[in-house]
Amino acid sequence: MVAINTSIAIPDFSIPPRIDQVGVEERASRFTKRSIKAETKLNGLLLTLNMIDLTTLEGKDTKGKVQQLCYKAQHLHDSYPGLPTVAAICVYPSMVKIAKTALGNSGVKVAAVATAFPSGQAPLDVKIRDTKFAVAEGADEIDMVISRGKFLEGEYNFVFDEIAAIKEACGSARLKVILETGELVTLDKVRRASDIAMYAGADFIKTSTGKISPAATMPVTLVMLEAIRDFYYKTGKMIAMKPAGGISKSKLALHYLVMLQETLGTAWMNNEWFRFGASSLANDVLMQLEKERTGVYQSANYFSID
Amino acid sequence: MAKAKNNTIKLNFDTKYAPAPESKASAKIDAKYDLFINGKFERPLSKKYFDTINPATEEKLSEVADANAADVDKAVKAARTAYDKTWSKMPAKERAKYMYRIARMIQERAREFAVIETLDGGKPIRESRDVDVPLVANHFFYYAGWADKLEYAFPNKKIAPLGVAGQIIPWNFPLLMAAWKIAPALATGNTVVLKPAETTPLTALKLAEIIQESDLPPGVVNIITGAGATGAAIVNHPDINKIAFTGSTNVGKMIQKAVAGTNKKVTLELGGKAANIIFDDAPIDQAVEGIINGIFFNQGHVCCAGSRLFVQESVYDIVLRKLKDRLESLIVGDPLDKNTDVGAINSKQQMENIHKYLKIGEKEGLDMYQSNCALPKKGFFIRPTLFTNVAQSSRLAQEEIFGPVLTIQTFRTDDEVIEKANNTPFGLSAGVWTDKGSKIFNLTTKLRAGVIWANTYNKFDPTSPFGGYKESGYGREGGLHGLGAYLNL
Repeated sequence: MVAINTSIAIPDFSIPPRIDQVGVEERASRFTKRSIKAETKLNGLLLTLNMIDLTTLEGKDTKGKVQQLCYKAQHLHDSYPGLPTVAAICVYPSMVKIAKTALGNSGVKVAAVATAFPSGQAPLDVKIRDTKFAVAEGADEIDMVISRGKFLEGEYNFVFDEIAAIKEACGSARLKVILETGELVTLDKVRRASDIAMYAGADFIKTSTGKISPAATMPVTLVMLEAIRDFYYKTGKMIAMKPAGGISKSKLALHYLVMLQETLGTAWMNNEWFRFGASSLANDVLMQLEKERTGVYQSANYFSID
Repeated sequence: MAKAKNNTIKLNFDTKYAPAPESKASAKIDAKYDLFINGKFERPLSKKYFDTINPATEEKLSEVADANAADVDKAVKAARTAYDKTWSKMPAKERAKYMYRIARMIQERAREFAVIETLDGGKPIRESRDVDVPLVANHFFYYAGWADKLEYAFPNKKIAPLGVAGQIIPWNFPLLMAAWKIAPALATGNTVVLKPAETTPLTALKLAEIIQESDLPPGVVNIITGAGATGAAIVNHPDINKIAFTGSTNVGKMIQKAVAGTNKKVTLELGGKAANIIFDDAPIDQAVEGIINGIFFNQGHVCCAGSRLFVQESVYDIVLRKLKDRLESLIVGDPLDKNTDVGAINSKQQMENIHKYLKIGEKEGLDMYQSNCALPKKGFFIRPTLFTNVAQSSRLAQEEIFGPVLTIQTFRTDDEVIEKANNTPFGLSAGVWTDKGSKIFNLTTKLRAGVIWANTYNKFDPTSPFGGYKESGYGREGGLHGLGAYLNL
């Protein structure tokens, strides 16, 4: 067996990737035709809960708000025994220490959005300081944004170097690279940005900040999953995926899991390799789980809003 | 501080999804079906019936009448009377009303049709529900629209219907082929004697029920069941003006001989061995999907299936790797399960025929690769199969297999692949995958095939003509061209 990942050849990012939008959309819609029932559905719903990065990214975030969200992360719905926790809490760097303390040793990770999130319009040294601050406060994961302006100008090396620099600043924290696909618009650009991010050192690639519409869509996510697969074929290195924004219903989350399973396979089917960036998805999943358990839907008032 | 817990759970969520069977409750199948002649279901003069089975379980579904020459004569007489007395005299917009009504009734009973199509033929419910039945309704809607606008379709021509059309259809798209045949014939003012294939007669008979309920004048559409002998009686009947046949090239040749010297008009839609061509500048992931859709759609029982794959050598390794990966995510099994991608082979005979070719492939020394899926214990199933290392001279690359079997060849230059793609007695369809528009146009002008898809495969639409070159037949169905096949122009 040849040693892998010792020297990865960097491809030429100026060559346009070939992505056929019609074909991608057709394939993506095919996943939605899968009928997920019984045990598969139950497992899918539990996996979904466990893959959520429970998120609050608002100017009005406070200590109280973050602490309550951290409690929810560990106690999604205590009247349903045996539920998993979510994967992580996703906050601004200023809230990392508060979240870290609130989560203790629960295993729920703290992810911090850094690098002048959401626009990324700041000089590199500011972004590096932003990142290092979040890591020093205890962040397990850093969600950075790429410089979309530079990317659209064709400055791919700039984008690459910036990601590499942030990766270095992360130390042992895992790096999620947000492409903000809603601003890249076409799927070939999504693919190119995915490749740049992975070769520059991303541990995760992530669709969106949640501040731009459209956020995550199935076709965009499919293109990114296929980029991950190609990267894995070439280097033997697994990269994780995080669609974020716009996934608020269980049914849609299950479609994403089908897409993940049928594109990357079983190795990716856990929260080390896949996340949902979402704030309201958890309650819909809980509602479905209670429906599966009791046979009836319960009022939304039975599920806590944090 | 204590070490943080591991909060990662692992649960089974692989492609062995829990069963999700479509309900059979909507599908009312009678124990016995008679012949639909002159607006009524009548016992066959032959007094004979034969069984039709579910190829996924080998269980009997029903028995249907076996029409003999006297039954055929009765049906043709009914069609002639209806043509002379009613249908050819009716104002075109009145004809259209009946067709719109039939189209709407098909939509209303779409689920029932989809379930029966799947039970009788073995195709996955996802396909009969999402492809076959919607296309059937669309076909009737589309041609209903043309019925009173024929003079705009053929300006400055004096147009007249042909008379009685004898139509013989295959088992791969039983209801869809019935629609392809009946809709343009009715729109142009002809009457019809239609024979569905002996392994898949049920949806055509359900269509007969709808036609009866629609109050279409008796005799305009007659649907009779039987095997080859019944078909021969239709072809040889002296009072038939037009033969429309979809099926094998061998039978097509027999029909061609039989009608020589008569003034019967003929359209033949026969076999195929389509080249699906992947260039190195193709969108590879979408092309792989197109390869899968091209050959495993309807278990490969598709005359326009992309059964010969040509891959440019520089991308061969990656295409093959992705293709094999994708093969593993195809779900083969119970056609009624909503998650099934590849259903049952239509009949035991066809399964044996495909097995014969698998053996030939082995004997030729080709590399065979099959997906690892488990197959149901009963019923007729074959794993999706790839053959690599295939030469142009291999029988597998030359003969129509009509099953989930793909041969893979490589090529170096555009000219080489055009030559190889055209080097076949067939010429029904082809696929071209490249990001380059100019390359698409270069290929599509040089490939000798009736239908050529660019960056997609197996797409059908009522507005688009369909038909072949060479031994794939002649005449076109669908679109404006499809009208012309039922008119004296």
